[in-house]
Order: sequence, then structure tokens, then C-alpha cells
Amino acid sequence: MINAASPAMMDTVAQAAPAVAERTSPLLRVENLSREFGGVLAIQDLSFTLPKGRIVSIIGPNGAGKTTLFNLITGVYTPTYGRILFDGRDISGLPPFKLAARGMSRTFQNLQIFFNMSALENVMVGRHLHLDRGVLAALFRLPRLVRKDKEARELAAELMREVGLSKYIDAQASAMPYGALKRLEIARALAAEPKMLLLDEPAAGLNGTESREIDELIKRIAARGITVVLVEHDMKMVMGISDHILALNYGRKLAEGTPAEVSANPDVIAAYLGSMA
Amino acid sequence: MSSHRLAPLAVLAVVAALLPLALTNNFLLNIAIVAGFNAIVCVGLNLLIGFAGQISLGHAGFFGLGAYASAVLVSTYGWPPLAALLAGAVAVGLLAFAVAKPILRLKGHYLAMATLGIGIIISIVLKTETKITGGPDGMPVDSFAVLGFQAYGEKVWYWIVAGLLLVAVWAALNLIDSPAGRALRAVHGAEVAAETLGVDTAGYKVMVFVLSAVMASITGSLSAHYLGFITPSASDFFRSIELVTMVVFGGMASTFGAVVGAVVLTVLPQLLTAFQDYEAMVLGAILMLTMVFMPKGLVPTLSALIAPRRRV
Amino acid sequence: MKPAKFLAPSPQPLSREGRGALSGDAITMGADFLQFLVSGITVGAIYALAGLGFAIIYNASTVINFAQGEFIMIGGMSASTLTAAGVPLPLAILAGCAVAMLGGVLLAKFAIEKARNASVVTLIIITIGASIFLRGLAEVVWGKEFHQLASFSGDTPILLLGAAILPQSLWVVGVALVLILVIGFFFTRTLAGKAMLATSYNRLAAQLVGVNVRKVVLAAFALSAALGAVGGAVVTPITFSSSEMGIMLGLKGFTAAVLGGLGNGLGAVVGGLIVGIAEALSAGYLSSAYKDAVAFVIILLVLVFMPNGLFGKRGTERV
Repeated sequence: MINAASPAMMDTVAQAAPAVAERTSPLLRVENLSREFGGVLAIQDLSFTLPKGRIVSIIGPNGAGKTTLFNLITGVYTPTYGRILFDGRDISGLPPFKLAARGMSRTFQNLQIFFNMSALENVMVGRHLHLDRGVLAALFRLPRLVRKDKEARELAAELMREVGLSKYIDAQASAMPYGALKRLEIARALAAEPKMLLLDEPAAGLNGTESREIDELIKRIAARGITVVLVEHDMKMVMGISDHILALNYGRKLAEGTPAEVSANPDVIAAYLGSMA
Repeated sequence: MSSHRLAPLAVLAVVAALLPLALTNNFLLNIAIVAGFNAIVCVGLNLLIGFAGQISLGHAGFFGLGAYASAVLVSTYGWPPLAALLAGAVAVGLLAFAVAKPILRLKGHYLAMATLGIGIIISIVLKTETKITGGPDGMPVDSFAVLGFQAYGEKVWYWIVAGLLLVAVWAALNLIDSPAGRALRAVHGAEVAAETLGVDTAGYKVMVFVLSAVMASITGSLSAHYLGFITPSASDFFRSIELVTMVVFGGMASTFGAVVGAVVLTVLPQLLTAFQDYEAMVLGAILMLTMVFMPKGLVPTLSALIAPRRRV
Repeated sequence: MKPAKFLAPSPQPLSREGRGALSGDAITMGADFLQFLVSGITVGAIYALAGLGFAIIYNASTVINFAQGEFIMIGGMSASTLTAAGVPLPLAILAGCAVAMLGGVLLAKFAIEKARNASVVTLIIITIGASIFLRGLAEVVWGKEFHQLASFSGDTPILLLGAAILPQSLWVVGVALVLILVIGFFFTRTLAGKAMLATSYNRLAAQLVGVNVRKVVLAAFALSAALGAVGGAVVTPITFSSSEMGIMLGLKGFTAAVLGGLGNGLGAVVGGLIVGIAEALSAGYLSSAYKDAVAFVIILLVLVFMPNGLFGKRGTERV
């Protein structure tokens, strides 16, 4: 990675700026995306691009289609119309596990923890793509598998410490409190070493202190060169850490730009006031 | 971690080695052998039901197909027993593979229904194709022989079954504590999350279904040779239910639990014969009460009592 | 005594050759078909009742009750043994209903309610335990042999376009139809029924508006048990009753309920009729040995293409 300051990258989160040629091609390109559920369009004709190595937030009132968009990008839903390009390749319709192999990772609005496992094992599942996944190697416990598993265990513990879960390294996931589980999902997603990390309301249900910690964590993740896409209701957090914001309403793009631009946009203000009324 | 990973296996090995001292006659040895066969099937079935969270109410069908493959190929066509066993296992593996993909997309009760249907269809075919299988009356099976060694008598079979059970438990414990095993458990815990972390959930479900079916088939082949006679009831609905009950009774997602469940529910009916006419009532009541008061099954519940916070 | 094969149509309804010579093969074939269809609808009506029982319990509690077939058995056995002991038929049927309902309520109260949070498989094993228990109890009380029950209005077949219809078949279909209509009325027009329906849509919301969800579950088990028991009583003159009669009936009822889409009562009824008719036709035209396999082949084919049955709700997992 190059860490030279040039005028062209003043608008990026300087630290992790990749080479210029790479940076100019967007990491994610969404073209005319639509998704229908029983006659209702949850996402309508949505187009936007996301550059590499930034923190991008998707905002909008409840029901604006934020989580649906996440599910479309990560392959949980398939688009009704339109295309999604990730790293220059068309990924529309690919199953989530193939997208994970291309460098996409996510957390969930409603926790999707493996409660039947230990916290450490949860994170180790995140490491899946980097390990010996075959069944025969597993049944006979071949030495290479054992060695890589040991490394994965250490890395998982390291990640747990990094997200602030040191005291839960030996815990069962089912014995952990809500706030810790939110971080566990982040550690698990990071274990996959993604290019892009999608966080669906990482601060929801957390108190002020916890949410500031998440804030710091997201900045650290972005500093490692991972593109972070965030859905969040905490506007203070969104405006504070985002480089770029995409505002949705009724499944359509309402506005796009820097936090200052978006927060001054009359349509955005109207949508939020409207949703409160 | 890995120091007590194989602890259950060591316990099992010691029990298996010492048990013949207590089993002083062929009647008792026979019960132990049947319990061992059931345990092997249940260890496989538990990978599917307990760890991957996918129910099957039809695995006796695969057990029966393995048994009949050996019976027909050896007794009617004169194949060497080992070749017949392997042919049966491959055939069952292919069948399981073919049905697994569409069926394992189903969830919960729909999956229960589909697997139940497959088991019943297999059992009806075995019952009806009288020319090949001998129909409801069953057919005799020659004894198992390989490279001049002939498996004969309860003592020999006891050691064969005990050895195979230990291998099955060892392999299952290995699998559970591996990337593939964690992937299976992740499918059970939160399937969508597993997908987004790169786990080919459909692929692993198919794999574990095929693995458990093949284990049932091989066990079916061997038990047919041991018993020397086979009837379609080895594959019927009740037998499938019996196998699932053993897994759930012993404790889902506990390999040791599957073994304990198989042993207890094999021995229990022998003890209950003392109740004569009331046997079925008592068995039904025991099943209900155990599951109501220990919904997680025998081994997980008891081990939680003995050593809280540790997993078996 | 040996039981008549379960509602399988006799392969040659009347003297086939004789009529063929008189009126041509086309009519004979039509008569055969009609005969098979009548058998199919008769047995399908019983499957429909069993399937409806599954659906009602599933709706109230998301439990699949594998003891549903045993309710049918209790109805059949009570009716046959009590009438043999001199009890008038209507009273015997009512008594069978009462016994089955008691069994259902006890099962709901002392097993299902206590294991509320157990996994799907655990709940299945509990109801299987209940069915083994009830079968064992029936063997102790009534023995293992088959019991007869006289047809409600004689055994003189009614001839219709060359097909012979047993009066008891009309009883079976008629009673099933009445029960289905009553159940339909109950769920759409009465407050108690609406409360039960509300519980199936959203348990928590129903609870919040004052529905006693525990009572709903008890009522569902009682209702399903009663349906099963009446079905068992009306079908016994054709099939005889035994402690084992509930096994296949229960499985076919489950098939009917899944075929229609779990939790859809009307779907279960349609599913039952489809299974019954398909069985009768394949027994008539293909092979009576594979009759019992037909239901399961149908359900597998349907589930491959429609994973939630014919009329089931399609759910999207929310993440």
C-alpha cells in the first residue's frame, strides 16, 4: 500500500489509500437495481457506485429498503431487475457463499449468531474459506488441517481481543450479552478478510459508551483498507464517520454525497420529518 | 482443547474392552452386538440431525438397502461379502446424493415428511419385489468372510462391532472439530450467516446426508451377515423412528449421547419384557417423560448436572 | 379374523366379462373408474379428517402430532367394542370421542405444554411416545385382534352407472363433509374459532388482545381428537378396527396435511382427497402392492417443486 499524500486522494480516508489506478475503478457498482416482494417494489431502479477504502453509510427512514439492499448486495436475495458489479465483475444472482469468496462479508440487523457453538468457534467459521474444508481431511484429521486450525484459533482469539471481547474468548455464544454478540458478528465477518464489510445497524440497542466504541472500531477497520458499508439509525455516528452517504426512501435514491451535502438536502430533511410526523 | 477432545472415545474404548467380562453368555453378547450396530448408525445420524440440524425419518431405508444389497449379491449371486458391502454402500451413497439436493432445501416438518416418504417407499419396494428379496418373509444371508477369515459367532462379531464403533466415534469427533464440522454446526445455528461467511450450506447438507446414509448402509450389510437373515422390517418406518429416537433420547449434538441413546434403547425393551402386556405402554411413557423433562436428551442433561458449562 | 384390505376396491367390481359382452368395453371401463373413484373418495374423506386434525393442532401449537392416528383408532375401537357390549351406536361414538378428547387434552397439558420450548425433533419424539403409549393401552384394554362394527344402514350396495357403492361409504363421505363444514363454520364465524385462527397467525399478538393461548392449544387437541374419533367410528364398518389401525391412517393424514401446505385446513382436506383417489386409482390400474407408496411418491414430487405444499404460505426468512 502506498501512503503518499496527493491532491487526488484528499477526499479519501487518507491512511489506506490504494494505488490510483485501482482506486478509480469502483469496488461496487449497482445498476438499475429493483426487487419486488408480492407486487411491492422494495428497491426501485437504484443505481450508485462505491469506491474502495471508504466508510459509506446508507440512510433512510424505516422501510426505505436499506436492509433489502444489503440482502441484495450480499446475495441473500436475488434482484428482480438490474445488475450488481463487485470488483468489476457481475455478481447478480450469485449465492452468498460465492460472494464471500470474492471478498464480501457482513453482519446482521437481527443477530445471526451460531448459538450452538463457542464464541471462538463462531469467529473460526468466519475463517472457513481460508481452511481445509474437505470432509475426508476432517474425518482422518490430517496434520495440515490440524495446523491450519490451530492458526485459525489463534487468529480468532486475536480478532476477539481486537473488537473488545477478550473476556469472552472461552465463552459459549449462548452465554454472551447482546452488545458483545454485536461485536462477535463483526469479529466473525473480519475473520474472512473481506474487501468489503457490510454492517447492518451495528450500534442498534447499544448504549452511548458502547456505541462510541463501535464507532472507533469501524474507523480502525476502514484504516486497514476494508471498505465499510454501514446501515445505521444513529445519525450522530453516521455523520461523524462517513465519507459518503447514500440516502434512500421508498426504495429509491433520495440523495448522495458527503455528510454535509446530504444533511443539507431538502428531500432528505423532508423524508425524515415526514417519517417522524 | 484437544487433550479432552478424545476423552469420550477413551472411556468408550475401556468400556468396550471390559464389557465381555460381564457378558457371560451369547444372549447378552447378542444384545451388545445389536446395540453396537445401532450405535454406529446413530453416530452417523447424529451428524445429520444433531449437528447439522436436518431431520431424517427415513434412515432405516438406507440401512435396509445396505442389508439387502449384501443379502442378494452374496446369497443369490455369490459375490464376495466385502464387494457386496461396498457395492451397497456406493449405491446407497448415490441414491442419497440424488435425493439430497432437492430434499434438503426443505425445512422442519416438510423435510421430516420427505425423508419419511423415501424410507417408506424403499421399505415397500423391498417388501413387494418378492422375486429378488423374498418379500415380507425375508431371505437368508450367508456369513461374512473376507480373505479366508470367516466372521462367525457372537465373540468374533462383538470385537468387529466394537472396533467399528470406535472408528466411527473417532471419525465423528474428528469431523465435528474441523472446518467442515463447524460449517455443519453453523448450518444448524444460523444458515444465512454461514452462507455469507463462505459456507456452501447446500453442499455440506448433501455431504452429511450421504455420509450418514452410507454409514447406515454399511451397518445394514454387516448386521444382515451377523443375523444370517433379513426381513423388510429392518427398513420400515418404525425402525427409522427408533433410530431417530435413540439419537434424540441420548442427546442431539453429542456423539457420546448417540451411543448412549442407542445402547439404552436397545437394552430397555429387553428389560421391559418383564412388563409383558404393558411393555409398549411403559416404553411410550418412558420416551415421553424423558423428552418432556430432558428435552436436550440424556447425556447433555446429565453432563450439565455434573460439570456445568462444559460440553461433551 | 383377517381384515379386509383397507378400502382397496375389488379388482373386478361386477362381472366384468358379462357386462362387457352386453354393453361394450367403454362402459365397463367407465364403471371400473367410477368404482375406484368412489373408493378413493371414501378413503380420501378419512385422510382429509386426519389431515385436518394435523392442521388444527399445527396451527395452534406448531406441533406435528404423530398420535393423530391413535385418536382415529380410539374412535374405531370404542365404537366397535361398545356396540358389541350392547351400547347404542350413537352413544358408543360419543364415548369414543370423549375418550379420545381426554387423551388429546392430557397429551397437550402434560407433555406438549411442558416441552413448549423444545426442538421440533424433540416434540416429534414426544408425540411418537404418546402414540406408542396409546397403542399399548389399546392392546391392554381391547386386545390385539380385529373388531367388527355393523354398517350403519345395511350392506346392500347401491348401483350407480355400473359401480357398486356401499351405503357405509356414503356415511363416511357424508359425515366427513358435515364435520369439515362445521369446522369451517367454527373457525370463520365463532369467536372461539377466530381466537384460534388468530393464534395461528400471530401467537404473541393474539395473547396481547386477550386470547388465552394455552386454552387454544388444549382446544385444538380436543377438537382434533374428536374429529379423528368420529372418523375412526364411521370407517370401522368397512375396515374393521384394531389397535394398529391408526398407524397408516396417521401417516396418510400427515401426508395430506403437508401436501395441502401445513396449517392450511382446506389444503389438508384437498390433500386427503388427492391422496385417497390417487391410491385407489393406482391400486385399481397399476398394482395394489404399491398402493401405499403412491401417497409418498406424490408428496415427494410436490415438495420438490413446491417446498411449502400446494397451498402453503411462502415465508421469507428475515435477517
